[in-house]
Amino acid sequence: MIIKQLSVFLENKSGRLTEVTKILGDLGINISALSIADTAEYGILRMILTDTDKAYKALSEKGFSVSLTDVLCLKVPHVPGALAKALEILSKKGISVEYMYAFEVGEQALVIIKTDDIKKSIDLITSNEMELIKASEIDQI
Amino acid sequence: MIWNEHKECMSREELRILQGKRLCEMVERVYHNVPFYRKKMQELGLEPGDIKGIDDLPKLPFTTKQDLRDNYPYNLFAVPMSEVVRVHASSGTTGRPTVVGYTRKDISTWSEVVARCLISSGVKKNDIIQIAYGYGLFTGGLGLHYGSEKVGATVIPISGGNTKKQIQLMKDFGSTVLACTPSYALYLAESMEEMGINPKDLKLRVGIFGAEPWTEEMRKEIEKKLNIKAIDIYGLSEVIGPGVSCECEMQKGLHIQEDHFIPETIDPNTLEPVSNGQVGELVFTTVTKEALPLLRYRTRDLTTLNYEKCECGRTLVRMEKCTGRSDDMLIIRGVNVFPSQIESVLLNMGETNPHYLLIVDRINNLDVLEVWVEVEGSFFSDEIRKLESLTARIKHQIESTLGISVKVKLVEPKTIERTEGKAKRVIDKRKI
Repeated sequence: MIIKQLSVFLENKSGRLTEVTKILGDLGINISALSIADTAEYGILRMILTDTDKAYKALSEKGFSVSLTDVLCLKVPHVPGALAKALEILSKKGISVEYMYAFEVGEQALVIIKTDDIKKSIDLITSNEMELIKASEIDQI
Repeated sequence: MIWNEHKECMSREELRILQGKRLCEMVERVYHNVPFYRKKMQELGLEPGDIKGIDDLPKLPFTTKQDLRDNYPYNLFAVPMSEVVRVHASSGTTGRPTVVGYTRKDISTWSEVVARCLISSGVKKNDIIQIAYGYGLFTGGLGLHYGSEKVGATVIPISGGNTKKQIQLMKDFGSTVLACTPSYALYLAESMEEMGINPKDLKLRVGIFGAEPWTEEMRKEIEKKLNIKAIDIYGLSEVIGPGVSCECEMQKGLHIQEDHFIPETIDPNTLEPVSNGQVGELVFTTVTKEALPLLRYRTRDLTTLNYEKCECGRTLVRMEKCTGRSDDMLIIRGVNVFPSQIESVLLNMGETNPHYLLIVDRINNLDVLEVWVEVEGSFFSDEIRKLESLTARIKHQIESTLGISVKVKLVEPKTIERTEGKAKRVIDKRKI
Protein backbone atom coordinates (compact mmCIF):
# COMPACT_ATOMS: atom_id res chain seq x y z
CA MET A 1 0.00 0.00 0.00
CA ILE A 2 2.85 2.34 0.82
CA ILE A 3 4.49 3.82 -2.22
CA LYS A 4 8.09 5.02 -2.26
CA GLN A 5 8.43 8.46 -3.71
CA LEU A 6 11.83 9.69 -4.83
CA SER A 7 12.59 13.32 -3.98
CA VAL A 8 15.44 15.28 -5.52
CA PHE A 9 16.85 18.63 -4.42
CA LEU A 10 17.29 20.95 -7.39
CA GLU A 11 18.76 24.39 -7.47
CA ASN A 12 16.99 26.85 -9.73
CA LYS A 13 19.48 26.57 -12.55
CA SER A 14 18.51 25.89 -16.10
CA GLY A 15 19.13 22.38 -17.28
CA ARG A 16 18.93 20.63 -13.92
CA LEU A 17 15.53 19.07 -14.52
CA THR A 18 16.60 18.01 -18.00
CA GLU A 19 19.60 16.27 -16.48
CA VAL A 20 17.55 14.28 -13.98
CA THR A 21 14.95 13.21 -16.51
CA LYS A 22 17.69 12.26 -18.96
CA ILE A 23 19.43 10.04 -16.41
CA LEU A 24 16.13 8.29 -15.74
CA GLY A 25 15.33 7.98 -19.42
CA ASP A 26 18.72 6.48 -20.22
CA LEU A 27 18.15 3.83 -17.57
CA GLY A 28 14.73 2.99 -19.00
CA ILE A 29 12.94 4.23 -15.92
CA ASN A 30 9.48 5.60 -16.49
CA ILE A 31 8.00 8.46 -14.50
CA SER A 32 4.50 7.58 -13.36
CA ALA A 33 3.80 10.81 -11.56
CA LEU A 34 5.78 13.97 -10.91
CA SER A 35 5.49 17.28 -9.16
CA ILE A 36 7.83 20.14 -8.33
CA ALA A 37 7.62 22.28 -5.25
CA ASP A 38 9.50 25.48 -5.84
CA THR A 39 10.92 28.36 -3.82
CA ALA A 40 12.89 31.37 -4.99
CA GLU A 41 16.18 29.52 -4.93
CA TYR A 42 15.54 25.82 -5.17
CA GLY A 43 12.92 23.22 -5.89
CA ILE A 44 12.09 19.72 -4.78
CA LEU A 45 11.30 17.29 -7.51
CA ARG A 46 9.00 14.49 -6.33
CA MET A 47 8.45 11.44 -8.50
CA ILE A 48 6.81 8.05 -8.53
CA LEU A 49 8.95 5.81 -10.72
CA THR A 50 8.86 2.37 -12.23
CA ASP A 51 12.21 1.52 -10.62
CA THR A 52 12.76 3.71 -7.60
CA ASP A 53 15.78 1.89 -6.19
CA LYS A 54 17.69 2.02 -9.44
CA ALA A 55 16.89 5.71 -9.84
CA TYR A 56 17.92 6.41 -6.25
CA LYS A 57 21.27 4.75 -6.79
CA ALA A 58 21.93 6.40 -10.15
CA LEU A 59 21.02 9.91 -8.98
CA SER A 60 23.02 9.60 -5.74
CA GLU A 61 26.03 8.50 -7.73
CA LYS A 62 25.65 11.54 -9.95
CA GLY A 63 25.82 13.70 -6.83
CA PHE A 64 22.18 14.66 -6.40
CA SER A 65 20.63 14.94 -2.96
CA VAL A 66 17.85 12.36 -3.02
CA SER A 67 15.57 10.84 -0.46
CA LEU A 68 12.83 8.25 -0.32
CA THR A 69 9.50 9.14 1.22
CA ASP A 70 6.47 7.03 2.03
CA VAL A 71 3.38 8.27 0.25
CA LEU A 72 -0.02 6.86 -0.66
CA CYS A 73 -1.81 6.76 -3.97
CA LEU A 74 -5.51 7.17 -3.55
CA LYS A 75 -7.96 6.35 -6.30
CA VAL A 76 -11.15 8.39 -6.35
CA PRO A 77 -13.89 8.71 -8.96
CA HIS A 78 -13.30 11.63 -11.32
CA VAL A 79 -16.48 13.43 -10.23
CA PRO A 80 -17.10 16.67 -8.33
CA GLY A 81 -16.85 16.28 -4.57
CA ALA A 82 -14.96 12.98 -4.57
CA LEU A 83 -11.65 14.42 -3.37
CA ALA A 84 -13.39 16.49 -0.69
CA LYS A 85 -15.04 13.35 0.62
CA ALA A 86 -11.75 11.49 0.75
CA LEU A 87 -9.90 14.31 2.48
CA GLU A 88 -12.68 14.74 5.00
CA ILE A 89 -12.13 11.18 6.21
CA LEU A 90 -8.55 12.07 7.03
CA SER A 91 -9.09 15.54 8.44
CA LYS A 92 -11.89 14.36 10.74
CA LYS A 93 -9.38 12.09 12.42
CA GLY A 94 -6.81 14.84 12.75
CA ILE A 95 -4.50 13.73 9.98
CA SER A 96 -2.73 16.53 8.14
CA VAL A 97 -1.79 16.47 4.50
CA GLU A 98 1.83 17.58 4.03
CA TYR A 99 1.46 17.80 0.26
CA MET A 100 -0.30 16.08 -2.64
CA TYR A 101 -0.43 16.00 -6.38
CA ALA A 102 -3.05 14.47 -8.61
CA PHE A 103 -3.88 13.55 -12.15
CA GLU A 104 -6.95 12.12 -13.87
CA VAL A 105 -7.08 8.88 -15.80
CA GLY A 106 -10.37 8.64 -17.66
CA GLU A 107 -13.11 8.15 -15.11
CA GLN A 108 -10.73 7.88 -12.21
CA ALA A 109 -8.42 10.33 -10.54
CA LEU A 110 -5.21 9.35 -8.79
CA VAL A 111 -3.97 11.37 -5.85
CA ILE A 112 -0.44 11.01 -4.50
CA ILE A 113 -0.64 12.08 -0.92
CA LYS A 114 1.81 12.54 1.91
CA THR A 115 0.27 12.72 5.37
CA ASP A 116 1.77 13.07 8.81
CA ASP A 117 0.62 9.53 9.70
CA ILE A 118 0.80 7.10 6.82
CA LYS A 119 -0.28 3.94 8.74
CA LYS A 120 -3.35 5.57 10.23
CA SER A 121 -4.22 7.02 6.83
CA ILE A 122 -4.13 3.56 5.25
CA ASP A 123 -6.44 2.18 7.93
CA LEU A 124 -8.89 5.01 7.53
CA ILE A 125 -8.97 4.91 3.75
CA THR A 126 -9.36 1.15 3.47
CA SER A 127 -11.97 0.95 6.22
CA ASN A 128 -13.97 3.61 4.39
CA GLU A 129 -14.04 1.52 1.25
CA MET A 130 -11.77 3.71 -0.75
CA GLU A 131 -9.09 2.32 -2.93
CA LEU A 132 -5.33 2.63 -2.58
CA ILE A 133 -3.16 1.82 -5.53
CA LYS A 134 0.06 -0.18 -5.31
CA ALA A 135 3.18 1.19 -6.87
CA SER A 136 3.24 -1.51 -9.52
CA GLU A 137 -0.31 -0.66 -10.55
CA ILE A 138 0.08 3.05 -11.14
CA ASP A 139 1.83 2.52 -14.39
CA GLN A 140 -0.93 0.32 -15.69
CA ILE A 141 -3.86 2.62 -15.18
CA MET B 1 49.65 70.19 15.12
CA ILE B 2 51.27 67.51 17.24
CA TRP B 3 49.74 66.35 20.52
CA ASN B 4 52.87 65.07 22.26
CA GLU B 5 55.81 66.50 20.39
CA HIS B 6 58.34 65.07 22.81
CA LYS B 7 57.24 61.47 22.18
CA GLU B 8 56.09 61.73 18.59
CA CYS B 9 59.16 63.51 17.27
CA MET B 10 62.03 62.18 19.40
CA SER B 11 65.11 60.97 17.59
CA ARG B 12 65.17 57.31 16.62
CA GLU B 13 68.07 56.71 18.98
CA GLU B 14 66.30 58.31 21.96
CA LEU B 15 63.18 56.30 21.10
CA ARG B 16 65.11 53.02 21.01
CA ILE B 17 66.54 53.71 24.44
CA LEU B 18 63.07 54.50 25.80
CA GLN B 19 61.59 51.39 24.17
CA GLY B 20 64.42 49.27 25.57
CA LYS B 21 63.95 50.59 29.08
CA ARG B 22 60.20 50.03 28.95
CA LEU B 23 60.66 46.55 27.44
CA CYS B 24 62.96 45.48 30.28
CA GLU B 25 60.47 46.70 32.88
CA MET B 26 57.65 44.94 31.10
CA VAL B 27 59.49 41.63 30.83
CA GLU B 28 60.22 41.81 34.54
CA ARG B 29 56.49 42.36 35.22
CA VAL B 30 55.14 39.58 33.01
CA TYR B 31 57.76 37.10 34.24
CA HIS B 32 56.70 37.60 37.81
CA ASN B 33 52.96 38.21 37.38
CA VAL B 34 51.83 36.04 34.46
CA PRO B 35 52.48 32.29 34.90
CA PHE B 36 51.88 31.76 31.19
CA TYR B 37 54.80 34.02 30.24
CA ARG B 38 57.08 32.76 32.99
CA LYS B 39 56.56 29.23 31.69
CA LYS B 40 57.12 30.29 28.07
CA MET B 41 60.33 32.12 28.97
CA GLN B 42 61.59 29.25 31.08
CA GLU B 43 61.01 26.90 28.18
CA LEU B 44 63.27 29.14 26.10
CA GLY B 45 65.80 29.29 28.93
CA LEU B 46 65.20 33.01 29.34
CA GLU B 47 65.30 35.09 32.49
CA PRO B 48 64.23 38.73 32.76
CA GLY B 49 67.91 39.69 33.11
CA ASP B 50 68.63 38.33 29.62
CA ILE B 51 66.60 41.16 28.11
CA LYS B 52 68.83 44.22 28.27
CA GLY B 53 67.41 46.40 25.54
CA ILE B 54 65.40 46.63 22.37
CA ASP B 55 67.86 44.43 20.44
CA ASP B 56 66.89 41.49 22.66
CA LEU B 57 63.24 41.68 21.59
CA PRO B 58 63.51 38.79 19.07
CA LYS B 59 64.60 36.45 21.89
CA LEU B 60 61.15 36.70 23.49
CA PRO B 61 58.30 34.27 22.81
CA PHE B 62 55.34 35.10 20.59
CA THR B 63 51.74 35.41 21.74
CA THR B 64 48.83 34.35 19.55
CA LYS B 65 45.09 34.85 19.62
CA GLN B 66 44.82 31.18 20.60
CA ASP B 67 46.87 31.93 23.72
CA LEU B 68 44.29 34.54 24.70
CA ARG B 69 41.48 32.06 24.15
CA ASP B 70 43.28 29.36 26.12
CA ASN B 71 43.63 31.77 29.00
CA TYR B 72 40.02 32.93 28.87
CA PRO B 73 38.95 35.15 30.49
CA TYR B 74 41.53 36.66 32.86
CA ASN B 75 44.53 34.33 33.05
CA LEU B 76 46.87 36.58 31.09
CA PHE B 77 46.15 39.60 33.26
CA ALA B 78 49.26 40.86 35.03
CA VAL B 79 47.44 42.73 37.79
CA PRO B 80 44.86 41.70 40.40
CA MET B 81 41.24 42.24 39.31
CA SER B 82 40.97 45.04 41.87
CA GLU B 83 43.26 47.07 39.60
CA VAL B 84 41.22 46.37 36.46
CA VAL B 85 38.72 49.14 35.77
CA ARG B 86 37.30 47.88 32.50
CA VAL B 87 37.14 44.91 30.13
CA HIS B 88 36.35 44.77 26.45
CA ALA B 89 35.90 41.69 24.30
CA SER B 90 35.97 40.84 20.65
CA SER B 91 33.67 38.40 18.91
CA GLY B 92 34.73 34.85 19.60
CA THR B 93 35.48 31.79 17.57
CA THR B 94 33.51 28.78 18.80
CA GLY B 95 31.86 30.86 21.48
CA ARG B 96 34.90 32.16 23.34
CA PRO B 97 35.50 35.85 22.94
CA THR B 98 38.91 37.41 23.37
CA VAL B 99 38.83 39.34 26.62
CA VAL B 100 41.06 42.35 27.24
CA GLY B 101 41.44 44.35 30.44
CA TYR B 102 42.51 47.88 31.36
CA THR B 103 43.81 49.47 34.53
CA ARG B 104 43.17 53.15 35.17
CA LYS B 105 46.61 53.87 33.71
CA ASP B 106 45.83 51.75 30.62
CA ILE B 107 42.69 53.80 29.99
CA SER B 108 44.80 56.91 30.29
CA THR B 109 47.42 55.51 27.86
CA TRP B 110 44.65 54.61 25.44
CA SER B 111 43.15 58.10 25.65
CA GLU B 112 46.63 59.54 25.05
CA VAL B 113 47.29 57.51 21.90
CA VAL B 114 43.83 58.20 20.47
CA ALA B 115 44.33 61.91 21.23
CA ARG B 116 47.62 61.81 19.28
CA CYS B 117 45.82 60.09 16.39
CA LEU B 118 43.01 62.64 16.33
CA ILE B 119 45.41 65.58 16.37
CA SER B 120 47.52 64.00 13.63
CA SER B 121 44.32 63.62 11.59
CA GLY B 122 43.77 67.37 11.83
CA VAL B 123 41.16 67.30 14.58
CA LYS B 124 41.13 70.29 16.94
CA LYS B 125 39.72 71.18 20.35
CA ASN B 126 36.79 73.04 18.82
CA ASP B 127 35.69 70.12 16.64
CA ILE B 128 32.41 68.28 17.14
CA ILE B 129 33.06 64.54 16.80
CA GLN B 130 30.24 62.20 15.88
CA ILE B 131 31.27 58.73 17.03
CA ALA B 132 29.34 56.19 14.99
CA TYR B 133 31.45 53.23 16.03
CA GLY B 134 29.57 50.79 18.25
CA TYR B 135 29.80 51.44 21.98
CA GLY B 136 30.00 48.41 24.20
CA LEU B 137 32.29 45.41 24.34
CA PHE B 138 33.74 46.48 20.99
CA THR B 139 36.64 48.90 21.57
CA GLY B 140 35.77 51.27 18.70
CA GLY B 141 33.19 53.52 20.34
CA LEU B 142 34.67 54.01 23.80
CA GLY B 143 38.25 54.16 22.45
CA LEU B 144 37.47 57.11 20.20
CA HIS B 145 35.28 58.61 22.91
CA TYR B 146 37.99 58.89 25.56
CA GLY B 147 40.55 60.17 23.07
CA SER B 148 38.16 62.83 21.82
CA GLU B 149 37.42 64.02 25.34
CA LYS B 150 41.14 64.14 26.06
CA VAL B 151 41.61 66.42 23.07
CA GLY B 152 38.81 68.54 24.45
CA ALA B 153 36.56 68.20 21.43
CA THR B 154 32.77 67.89 21.74
CA VAL B 155 31.66 64.28 21.55
CA ILE B 156 28.38 63.06 20.10
CA PRO B 157 28.29 59.46 21.37
CA ILE B 158 25.65 58.29 18.92
CA SER B 159 27.14 54.78 18.47
CA GLY B 160 26.46 52.72 15.32
CA GLY B 161 23.32 52.32 13.23
CA ASN B 162 20.18 54.43 12.93
CA THR B 163 21.38 56.05 9.72
CA LYS B 164 18.64 58.66 9.31
CA LYS B 165 19.19 59.94 12.83
CA GLN B 166 22.95 60.02 12.23
CA ILE B 167 22.42 62.30 9.27
CA GLN B 168 19.81 64.43 11.00
CA LEU B 169 22.07 65.03 14.02
CA MET B 170 25.10 65.57 11.82
CA LYS B 171 23.18 68.42 10.24
CA ASP B 172 21.51 69.83 13.36
CA PHE B 173 24.50 69.51 15.72
CA GLY B 174 27.03 70.66 13.13
CA SER B 175 29.34 67.63 13.37
CA THR B 176 32.75 68.40 11.90
CA VAL B 177 34.35 64.98 12.39
CA LEU B 178 32.88 61.55 11.71
CA ALA B 179 34.34 58.39 13.21
CA CYS B 180 33.06 55.06 11.89
CA THR B 181 33.97 52.21 9.55
CA PRO B 182 34.79 53.32 5.99
CA SER B 183 31.97 51.23 4.55
CA TYR B 184 29.48 52.88 6.88
CA ALA B 185 30.81 56.29 5.80
CA LEU B 186 29.96 55.44 2.21
CA TYR B 187 26.59 54.15 3.25
CA LEU B 188 25.92 57.43 5.06
CA ALA B 189 26.90 59.34 1.91
CA GLU B 190 24.40 57.41 -0.18
CA SER B 191 21.67 57.79 2.41
CA MET B 192 22.27 61.54 2.39
CA GLU B 193 21.74 61.54 -1.33
CA GLU B 194 18.44 59.72 -0.88
CA MET B 195 17.37 62.17 1.82
CA GLY B 196 18.21 65.07 -0.46
CA ILE B 197 20.98 66.36 1.80
CA ASN B 198 24.05 67.78 0.12
CA PRO B 199 27.23 66.96 2.11
CA LYS B 200 28.57 70.36 1.08
CA ASP B 201 25.90 71.97 3.23
CA LEU B 202 27.19 70.07 6.27
CA LYS B 203 30.12 71.13 8.41
CA LEU B 204 31.84 67.76 8.14
CA ARG B 205 35.54 68.06 7.26
CA VAL B 206 37.41 65.01 8.62
CA GLY B 207 36.61 61.30 8.81
CA ILE B 208 38.42 58.88 11.15
CA PHE B 209 37.86 55.49 9.59
CA GLY B 210 39.03 52.08 10.68
CA ALA B 211 38.12 48.64 12.05
CA GLU B 212 38.13 47.12 8.57
CA PRO B 213 40.43 47.06 5.54
CA TRP B 214 39.80 49.61 2.81
CA THR B 215 41.50 50.71 -0.36
CA GLU B 216 42.86 53.96 -1.76
CA GLU B 217 39.98 53.89 -4.28
CA MET B 218 37.51 53.74 -1.45
CA ARG B 219 39.26 56.66 0.23
CA LYS B 220 38.93 58.76 -2.91
CA GLU B 221 35.26 57.90 -3.19
CA ILE B 222 34.54 58.78 0.44
CA GLU B 223 36.50 62.03 0.20
CA LYS B 224 34.62 63.03 -2.93
CA LYS B 225 31.17 62.01 -1.80
CA LEU B 226 31.36 63.45 1.71
CA ASN B 227 33.66 66.34 0.83
CA ILE B 228 36.05 65.50 3.68
CA LYS B 229 39.56 64.28 4.37
CA ALA B 230 39.41 60.54 5.10
CA ILE B 231 41.99 59.31 7.62
CA ASP B 232 42.88 55.69 8.31
CA ILE B 233 43.11 54.64 11.96
CA TYR B 234 44.28 51.19 13.03
CA GLY B 235 44.07 49.16 16.17
CA LEU B 236 43.10 45.88 17.71
CA SER B 237 41.65 45.22 21.10
CA GLU B 238 44.45 42.83 22.10
CA VAL B 239 46.99 45.63 21.75
CA ILE B 240 44.73 48.38 23.16
CA GLY B 241 41.95 49.14 20.66
CA PRO B 242 41.82 51.89 18.04
CA GLY B 243 44.79 54.24 18.23
CA VAL B 244 47.66 51.79 17.82
CA SER B 245 48.46 53.70 14.66
CA CYS B 246 46.92 56.41 12.53
CA GLU B 247 47.67 58.48 9.48
CA CYS B 248 48.73 62.08 9.70
CA GLU B 249 47.47 64.71 7.31
CA MET B 250 50.09 63.62 4.76
CA GLN B 251 48.16 60.36 4.37
CA LYS B 252 51.37 58.47 3.63
CA GLY B 253 51.24 55.60 6.08
CA LEU B 254 50.00 55.15 9.63
CA HIS B 255 52.26 56.35 12.46
CA ILE B 256 52.58 53.67 15.12
CA GLN B 257 52.59 54.88 18.73
CA GLU B 258 55.92 53.16 19.13
CA ASP B 259 56.77 54.34 22.62
CA HIS B 260 53.83 52.16 23.75
CA PHE B 261 53.61 49.44 21.12
CA ILE B 262 56.83 48.15 19.59
CA PRO B 263 56.20 46.82 16.09
CA GLU B 264 58.05 44.10 14.22
CA THR B 265 57.29 42.54 10.86
CA ILE B 266 57.97 38.83 10.53
CA ASP B 267 57.69 36.08 7.95
CA PRO B 268 54.56 34.20 9.11
CA ASN B 269 56.10 30.86 8.15
CA THR B 270 59.65 31.10 9.46
CA LEU B 271 58.78 33.66 12.18
CA GLU B 272 62.04 35.45 11.31
CA PRO B 273 62.00 39.24 10.92
CA VAL B 274 61.65 40.41 7.33
CA SER B 275 64.00 43.10 6.05
CA ASN B 276 62.89 46.72 6.12
CA GLY B 277 60.37 47.61 3.48
CA GLN B 278 59.33 43.99 2.91
CA VAL B 279 55.78 42.80 3.56
CA GLY B 280 55.51 40.84 6.78
CA GLU B 281 53.11 39.96 9.55
CA LEU B 282 52.78 42.76 12.05
CA VAL B 283 53.74 41.87 15.62
CA PHE B 284 53.33 44.12 18.67
CA THR B 285 54.87 44.17 22.11
CA THR B 286 52.86 46.37 24.44
CA VAL B 287 55.53 47.80 26.70
CA THR B 288 53.45 50.14 28.85
CA LYS B 289 50.24 48.19 29.33
CA GLU B 290 49.54 47.05 32.89
CA ALA B 291 46.45 44.81 32.82
CA LEU B 292 47.18 42.82 29.68
CA PRO B 293 50.79 43.23 28.56
CA LEU B 294 51.51 41.10 25.50
CA LEU B 295 54.89 39.93 24.29
CA ARG B 296 55.23 39.85 20.52
CA TYR B 297 51.54 39.53 19.75
CA ARG B 298 50.95 38.20 16.24
CA THR B 299 48.27 40.39 14.64
CA ARG B 300 48.08 38.34 11.43
CA ASP B 301 47.83 41.63 9.55
CA LEU B 302 50.29 42.00 6.67
CA THR B 303 52.05 45.31 6.13
CA THR B 304 55.41 47.01 5.62
CA LEU B 305 57.21 49.38 7.98
CA ASN B 306 58.78 52.64 6.90
CA TYR B 307 61.28 54.21 9.34
CA GLU B 308 61.92 57.39 7.35
CA LYS B 309 61.03 60.66 9.01
CA CYS B 310 57.64 61.92 7.84
CA GLU B 311 57.03 65.33 6.26
CA CYS B 312 54.70 66.04 9.19
CA GLY B 313 57.69 66.06 11.54
CA ARG B 314 56.92 62.84 13.36
CA THR B 315 59.69 60.27 13.67
CA LEU B 316 57.31 57.45 14.61
CA VAL B 317 57.53 54.54 12.19
CA ARG B 318 54.81 54.34 9.58
CA MET B 319 53.00 51.16 8.59
CA GLU B 320 51.35 50.87 5.24
CA LYS B 321 47.61 50.27 5.01
CA CYS B 322 47.19 46.56 5.80
CA THR B 323 47.24 44.62 2.57
CA GLY B 324 45.91 41.32 3.79
CA ARG B 325 46.04 38.65 6.43
CA SER B 326 48.30 35.73 7.12
CA ASP B 327 45.32 33.65 8.22
CA ASP B 328 41.82 33.22 6.82
CA MET B 329 40.13 35.81 9.01
CA LEU B 330 37.64 38.08 7.28
CA ILE B 331 36.58 41.45 8.56
CA ILE B 332 32.91 41.94 7.77
CA ARG B 333 31.27 45.17 8.87
CA GLY B 334 34.08 45.58 11.38
CA VAL B 335 33.48 42.13 12.87
CA ASN B 336 36.17 39.44 12.78
CA VAL B 337 34.91 36.30 11.10
CA PHE B 338 36.77 33.02 10.77
CA PRO B 339 35.38 30.43 8.33
CA SER B 340 35.93 27.82 11.06
CA GLN B 341 33.22 29.52 13.15
CA ILE B 342 30.66 28.74 10.48
CA GLU B 343 32.01 25.24 10.07
CA SER B 344 31.54 24.48 13.76
CA VAL B 345 27.99 25.83 13.70
CA LEU B 346 27.12 23.52 10.81
CA LEU B 347 28.89 20.56 12.39
CA ASN B 348 26.93 21.05 15.57
CA MET B 349 23.66 21.09 13.64
CA GLY B 350 23.94 17.94 11.56
CA GLU B 351 25.93 14.77 11.73
CA THR B 352 27.36 15.10 8.27
CA ASN B 353 30.48 16.99 7.38
CA PRO B 354 29.09 20.15 5.86
CA HIS B 355 30.32 21.73 2.69
CA TYR B 356 29.90 25.44 2.73
CA LEU B 357 31.08 28.54 0.96
CA LEU B 358 31.21 32.09 2.24
CA ILE B 359 30.55 34.79 -0.29
CA VAL B 360 31.42 38.26 0.89
CA ASP B 361 30.39 41.22 -1.17
CA ARG B 362 29.92 44.91 -0.74
CA ILE B 363 26.46 45.93 -1.88
CA ASN B 364 25.46 49.59 -1.55
CA ASN B 365 28.68 50.01 0.44
CA LEU B 366 27.66 47.53 3.10
CA ASP B 367 29.39 44.23 3.55
CA VAL B 368 27.09 41.32 2.88
CA LEU B 369 27.83 37.76 3.90
CA GLU B 370 26.13 34.91 2.11
CA VAL B 371 26.61 31.36 3.32
CA TRP B 372 26.05 28.56 0.84
CA VAL B 373 25.39 25.19 2.39
CA GLU B 374 25.27 22.01 0.36
CA VAL B 375 22.10 20.04 1.00
CA GLU B 376 23.35 16.60 1.81
CA GLY B 377 22.42 13.70 4.02
CA SER B 378 20.67 14.85 7.16
CA PHE B 379 20.18 18.34 5.73
CA PHE B 380 17.80 17.15 3.00
CA SER B 381 14.08 16.75 3.40
CA ASP B 382 11.39 16.41 0.75
CA GLU B 383 9.33 19.07 2.48
CA ILE B 384 9.86 22.76 1.72
CA ARG B 385 8.67 23.63 5.21
CA LYS B 386 11.49 21.60 6.74
CA LEU B 387 14.11 23.00 4.39
CA GLU B 388 12.93 26.51 5.19
CA SER B 389 13.09 25.89 8.89
CA LEU B 390 16.57 24.39 8.40
CA THR B 391 17.64 27.55 6.56
CA ALA B 392 16.22 29.69 9.36
CA ARG B 393 17.98 27.62 12.03
CA ILE B 394 21.34 27.80 10.24
CA LYS B 395 20.89 31.55 9.83
CA HIS B 396 20.00 32.02 13.47
CA GLN B 397 22.88 29.89 14.74
CA ILE B 398 25.45 31.63 12.56
CA GLU B 399 24.12 35.06 13.44
CA SER B 400 24.23 34.40 17.15
CA THR B 401 27.80 33.11 16.85
CA LEU B 402 29.14 35.87 14.62
CA GLY B 403 26.97 38.75 15.75
CA ILE B 404 26.26 39.90 12.19
CA SER B 405 23.40 39.11 9.87
CA VAL B 406 23.91 36.59 7.08
CA LYS B 407 21.97 35.21 4.17
CA VAL B 408 21.83 31.43 3.96
CA LYS B 409 21.36 29.69 0.64
CA LEU B 410 20.91 25.95 0.18
CA VAL B 411 22.71 24.54 -2.81
CA GLU B 412 23.09 21.14 -4.46
CA PRO B 413 25.90 18.82 -3.42
CA LYS B 414 29.19 19.34 -5.27
CA THR B 415 28.25 22.92 -6.13
CA ILE B 416 31.19 24.15 -4.13
CA GLU B 417 34.41 23.78 -5.99
CA ARG B 418 36.93 21.32 -4.55
CA THR B 419 40.51 21.89 -5.41
CA GLU B 420 42.78 18.94 -4.69
CA GLY B 421 40.17 17.54 -2.37
CA LYS B 422 40.16 20.68 -0.30
CA ALA B 423 37.18 22.93 -0.65
CA LYS B 424 37.55 26.62 -1.27
CA ARG B 425 35.73 28.25 1.63
CA VAL B 426 35.67 31.93 0.85
CA ILE B 427 34.98 34.11 -2.15
CA ASP B 428 35.59 37.73 -1.30
CA LYS B 429 34.16 39.91 -4.02
CA ARG B 430 34.90 43.15 -2.19
CA LYS B 431 37.74 44.96 -3.83
CA ILE B 432 39.89 45.43 -0.76
